[in-house]
Amino acid sequence: MSKSLRIIVPVKRVIDYAVKVRVNPAKTDVDRNVKHSMNPFDEIAVEEAVRIKERLPSTEIIAVSCGSAKSQETLRTALAMGADKAIHVEVADDSKLQPLGVAKLLKAIAEEQKPDLIILGKQAIDDDSNQTGQMLAGLLNWPQATFASKVEITDTLAKVTREVDGGLETISSKLPAIITTDLRLNEPRYASLPNIMKAKKKPLTKSTPEQLKVDITPRLETIKVEEPAKRQGGKKVESVDDLIDKLKNEAKVL
Amino acid sequence: MLAFRSLKLISTRAIALSAAKRSFSSSIVAHNTPTSLHAFTDDELMLRESVADFAQNIIKPLVPQMEEEEQMPSELISNLFEHGLMGVETSADLGGSEMSFTAALIAIEELAKVDPSVSAMVDIHNTLCNTILKKYGTKELSERYLPQLATKSVASFCLSEAGAGSDAFALQTRAEDKGDHYLLNGTKMWISNSKEADVFIVFATVDPSKGYKGISCFVVERDWGVTIAKKEKKLGLRASSTCVVNFDDVKVPKENVLGEIGLGYKYAIEMLNEGRIGIAAQMTGLAQGVYDMALPYMYERKQFGRHIGDFQGMQHQYAQIATEIEASRLLTYNAARMREEGRNFVQEAAMAKLFSSQVAEKAASKAIEWMGGIGFTREAGLEKFYRDAKIGAIYEGTSNMQLQTIAKIQAEKYK
Repeated sequence: MSKSLRIIVPVKRVIDYAVKVRVNPAKTDVDRNVKHSMNPFDEIAVEEAVRIKERLPSTEIIAVSCGSAKSQETLRTALAMGADKAIHVEVADDSKLQPLGVAKLLKAIAEEQKPDLIILGKQAIDDDSNQTGQMLAGLLNWPQATFASKVEITDTLAKVTREVDGGLETISSKLPAIITTDLRLNEPRYASLPNIMKAKKKPLTKSTPEQLKVDITPRLETIKVEEPAKRQGGKKVESVDDLIDKLKNEAKVL
Repeated sequence: MLAFRSLKLISTRAIALSAAKRSFSSSIVAHNTPTSLHAFTDDELMLRESVADFAQNIIKPLVPQMEEEEQMPSELISNLFEHGLMGVETSADLGGSEMSFTAALIAIEELAKVDPSVSAMVDIHNTLCNTILKKYGTKELSERYLPQLATKSVASFCLSEAGAGSDAFALQTRAEDKGDHYLLNGTKMWISNSKEADVFIVFATVDPSKGYKGISCFVVERDWGVTIAKKEKKLGLRASSTCVVNFDDVKVPKENVLGEIGLGYKYAIEMLNEGRIGIAAQMTGLAQGVYDMALPYMYERKQFGRHIGDFQGMQHQYAQIATEIEASRLLTYNAARMREEGRNFVQEAAMAKLFSSQVAEKAASKAIEWMGGIGFTREAGLEKFYRDAKIGAIYEGTSNMQLQTIAKIQAEKYK
C-alpha cells in the first residue's frame, strides 16, 4: 500500500495585499506598521497540501515559517487551515532575511524532517523575488516544478501542470520534489471556527538559525526605496522623427 | 450662628460625598494590569479575520439578491453552520466552537458590516437560544439540542405577541398541564428566524391568574405542529424572516420544560439583558460597514478641483461619526467583558444598545449624504443600511425601555 506522505509548506508573514503600501520618510523601507497576513501564494500552497491530505489521509503536513515572533500568527492560520504541525524558525530581524538565507534554513529543516514534497508559494508579495523555491531545489538537488496550476500526487510521482509563457506545460517528477504554486492552482479555504479551536492543540516547535547551523547573513543591501514616479500626461507628436527625438531625450528610453 | 452654618456645610458635604461614593462603586473594580478595550485574545483576533473574510467573500455577493427576494438561501445558512458561527460559545464536546461571549459579538459585528440580516440570525441564535439552553436546560435537554443547534438547526426565540411587546409579560400563549405533557396554544408575533427554524424557545403561561409568575419556558420542535402564519414585509432586515407563529394544540413533553415552571419571566429578562449586547454589536458593525463604504469614495470623488474628503465641512462630519462609532464599539465590548467577568452589566448593556442604535441610524444617514446621488441608488448598497438601522431602536427592547432601565439604575444611586 502507499506509504504516508510528508509535506512541508513554508509560509511567510507579509503586508496584507489590500493595504496601501507607503514608503517611510527615510526612504529605506516601507511602513510596516500595517495589517499583515499570510502570503497569498503560501495560502494556496497550504490549501493544496490540505487537498492532497484529503485524498491521501495518512499525509502529514508541516508548516514552517522563518521570521520574528509574529510569524507564529501565520503558522496558526496554517494549522487552522489543516496543517498538522508547525515549526517556527525564529529570527531577530525580519529585514535581514533574504531568499538564499531562507532556502538554506529550509534545507536544514528538510534534512531533519525528510519530507517527500515541499510546496512553496511562487513568490512573496512583498519582495516578489520568486527565488526561494528554485534555490531550495538547487541546494537539495531535488527536481522542481514551478508556477503550478495543477498538481496530482501519487506516493512516488508528482505530475504538475505549469503555467509558462508559451501556455501550459505538464511535467512528471519523482519524489521528493519542490513545487511552487501559482494563482490558479486552487482557492484557499477559510479557517472555520472549529478548526481555529483545533489548531490551538496542534504542536508548534521552535528553532533558530544557530540551532540549524545556518548562516543567514544577507548578501544584498537595500540602498533606497522610492515610490514609482507619478504618471505624467502623454503628448501628441507630429512625425516619426519627433517621436524618436522625444523617446530619446525626454522619456530617455532609447 | 457660626456653629449652625458649619453644621449645615458639613451635612451637605457628607451627602455629596456619599452620593459620589455610591455612584462610583458598582462598575469600577481594582485590577493589577488593566488593559484597553482594544485588547483581544489570539482566538478572538483569528475569529475576527476569519469572519471578515467569510462576510466579504461568501455573504457580500449574495446581498443584492437577498434584499430583492427578502430571504436567505439555504446554502448560506449551511455555510454559517459549517463555519462554526451557530455555536460560538457552545462547548466543543457538544459540537460548538467553544469561544468566548466577546468572540460571538465579534462575529456578529463583522457579519453586520456586510449584512445586518445575517448578523441578526447569528445573534439571536447564539445569544438568546444557545445561551438559554446552556444556562437553564437540564443536562439531557442541552445534550439533545445544543449539538443540533450548533451544526444544523436554526432556533427562534418566541416571546412577543400582538398584545405583548414592551409589556412582554402580558403574553397570553397558554401551556396547559395535561399530566404527561403540556398543551401549547397561542400566537406569537415578530418572531425572527422563524421561517427557517426547527427549534423554538417559547414563553407561555401555565396559569394566567398568577400573572408574570405563571410564565414558563418550553423547547418546542417544529414538526410537533408549529405553523408559520404570516411573513412580514419589512422596511429593513428584509432577508431575516419575521413571522407570526401559531401554536394550535401543540403537545410539548414534560422533559422539554426549560428550567422551572413559573420562572420563565426571570429567564426572559436575563436573556434579553445579554442579548441586547449582541444587538449593540450588530448596530456597531452596521455603522462601521456603511462608513467603510462611504469614506474611500470621498477620496475618489472630486468636485471643484479637490477630493470631497478634503473639504473641512466633510472632515468634521466624518470625524464626528467615527468618534461615535468608536464610542458605540467601546460600550459594546465593555458590557461584554463585564458579563464575562460575572459583574452586573444591566445598565452598561442598555447603554450600549441605546447608543449604538442611534449611531447606526445617524451613520447610515450621513454616509448616504456623503455619497450624494450615488448613495441614494439601490445599486450602491448604502440605502439598505439606512433601512436596516431603524430596527435597532425597536427590537430586543425599544430605546424607551433602555432609557427606563438606565434611569431606574441611576435613580437608585441618588435617591
